[in-house]
Amino acid sequence: MAGYIIRRILWGIALLIIVCALTFVFFRVIPTGDPALLRAGRDPQPRHVEEIRRVLGLNKSIFAQFWQYMKGVFLHFDLGYSYYSNESVRSLIAERLPATISLAIGAAVIWVGAGISIGIISAIRTKTVMDRASMGSALLLVSAPEFWLGLIVLFLFADDIGKFKIFPGAGSYTPLTQDPTKWFTSMLLPWFVLAASGAAVYARLMRGSLIETMNEDYIRTARAKGLPEKKVLRQGVRASINPIVTLLGVEIGVLLGGAVLIETVFNIPGVGRLSYTSIVNSDFAVIEGTVLLAAMFIIVANIVVDIAYAFLDPRVRYS
Amino acid sequence: MSTGEPLLRVENLKVDFPGEDGVVHAVDGVSYEVQPGRTLGIVGESGSGKTVSSLTTLGLTRLQGAQISGRIMFEGRDLVSLKDEQLREIRGNDIAMIFQDPLSALHPLYRVGDQLVQAVRAHRDVPKKAARARAIDLLGLVGIPDPTKRVDQYPHEFSGGMRQRAMIAMALVNDPKLLIADEPTTALDVTVQAQILALMERLQRELGMAILIITHDLGVVAEMADEIAVMYAGRIVEMTSAERLFSNPEHPYTWGLLRSIPTMEGYTWGLMKAMATEGPPARQDLVPIPGTPPSLINPPSGCHFHPRCPYSQPEHTRVDPMLEALPDEPGHQVACLLESEQRRALWAQLRAGETPAEAIAAVNLPIQAETPEAGEAGTPQPQTPEAPL
Repeated sequence: MAGYIIRRILWGIALLIIVCALTFVFFRVIPTGDPALLRAGRDPQPRHVEEIRRVLGLNKSIFAQFWQYMKGVFLHFDLGYSYYSNESVRSLIAERLPATISLAIGAAVIWVGAGISIGIISAIRTKTVMDRASMGSALLLVSAPEFWLGLIVLFLFADDIGKFKIFPGAGSYTPLTQDPTKWFTSMLLPWFVLAASGAAVYARLMRGSLIETMNEDYIRTARAKGLPEKKVLRQGVRASINPIVTLLGVEIGVLLGGAVLIETVFNIPGVGRLSYTSIVNSDFAVIEGTVLLAAMFIIVANIVVDIAYAFLDPRVRYS
Repeated sequence: MSTGEPLLRVENLKVDFPGEDGVVHAVDGVSYEVQPGRTLGIVGESGSGKTVSSLTTLGLTRLQGAQISGRIMFEGRDLVSLKDEQLREIRGNDIAMIFQDPLSALHPLYRVGDQLVQAVRAHRDVPKKAARARAIDLLGLVGIPDPTKRVDQYPHEFSGGMRQRAMIAMALVNDPKLLIADEPTTALDVTVQAQILALMERLQRELGMAILIITHDLGVVAEMADEIAVMYAGRIVEMTSAERLFSNPEHPYTWGLLRSIPTMEGYTWGLMKAMATEGPPARQDLVPIPGTPPSLINPPSGCHFHPRCPYSQPEHTRVDPMLEALPDEPGHQVACLLESEQRRALWAQLRAGETPAEAIAAVNLPIQAETPEAGEAGTPQPQTPEAPL
């Protein structure tokens, strides 16, 4: 087991290097805009642009640039400096990480909690109005793009522009450390919108998985030995939850992708919006930093899920 | 059949499953009794209703939307009319059940011991520790070596035979009065099958429970059963003592079953033993029963077996036979429209190694010209699954 974990972590690091290299190459080979020109201001002198190139190291070969960058990342945890604002990328991300983490964790809790419980209720009440209604709305939520859903809920429920002024709207984000109540209410709409499609997918998956499990022989055995139906259901849920947990590792990527849109729509100062603005500004250093961070989250989440799987299912043995 | 008060008395049980293609008449008016401490074997092909009738005894077909009528009397109570909760109290307590495939019948994510503990604590308010001690005792009783270690293992760490032993242990933790065993050996290797049957016989001797064993394998019931009921298309077509069923079978379907088992030496020795009084049928070839089991949605008219029966008469397609005791043998019930003398004469011929056609000629049965052949007998009907389980 320990050997397995170490191998997985080493592979994870290798994967991060590959991700680094790919983003590095993408944004340099594919011309999205010359950062030196962007920084030089209106009608720049060619000499001035050259000077900026030299300072940013853009005049060196791509390999030299990459080597420089990797050295910084792995030896000093230094992600470079924003081409745009000259701030350190590390501190740019660190400033915005709490907002993104509170968005992602809150959404994940709603996502998994609502998804699984709606799935269970649908599975034990198959073909009832309840089941059809929740599966129907699940289909709707899966199909709705997040930015669209975000705008709709703002239009309906935000306390500034909404038809029903219930929840704080866009730009109301308050850090948790400043005012927990305000933080909580300001995050409700973003959480809901970010969780919606994931919860819908989970509800459908959980429903299918549980219906299948409840037809298994061992569930019949559980009934035959006289367990109360509640406990029988618990055994069914226990068995059908494993494939759902496995999916969580993959879904974390979807969640982070969604965070970019949600932070933009709700004007939350998080890493997602940072990466959005950095893409708009061709701010390579920041793009690379945020992509690297997201990749790290996904890789870590997958390792955690795989290890958790061994504890959830005694038949799984890693060696 | 003995005359004391039976432990379980099933009276005219009917179980229907409404489906999209029509109503599946899985069990169509079945009556039988199980005496305390005795063993009843129910034999039949897939889809004959043998499993559904026993699942219904435990109320396990209710969830599948089965329509149930008739009575299942157990210790003075009608299980058909009991509330779900009352039935749950009986399940795994007074009546326990083991299933065909021990591989899938144990929950893969719980330790074997925990699954036994759950069974104990579903019915008894005992501390976990005591329940665990009981689990270890039972695992030892069913012959699992080193039960104190095995109790903490998962099902995948057990072999197939060990799992079936664990299933039996789980069924017995609450000292049931009746054990229903649904094809308990079908999924096991032949050598393991014999061990499991021997185990069940030993446990029955030691614990005194009654056993209802359901199987398609006449060899199994030959070893285990005191009484045997043969089921076909949701009905019992013949029911008598095990000895009599093997020595004097009277239903053409039973003949077909007997002629379709391998009787090589060493195999189904229990059957050989049962037949030893008169010796096995002379013919050693396996003779399959022609045709396929009938649809349970639209069963054949008249005698349900007539499309596959070489001896059927024209009126058998219209008249539905009743399960009736033989005049000279009140303990032997048969649902067949032939006369008892005709049947005995036919079986004497078959036993001597004649084919059905030869037997018909010898007995001088007024019969239609063609004998149904395998594959073309009966109208082609969609095969009915055993039960929507």
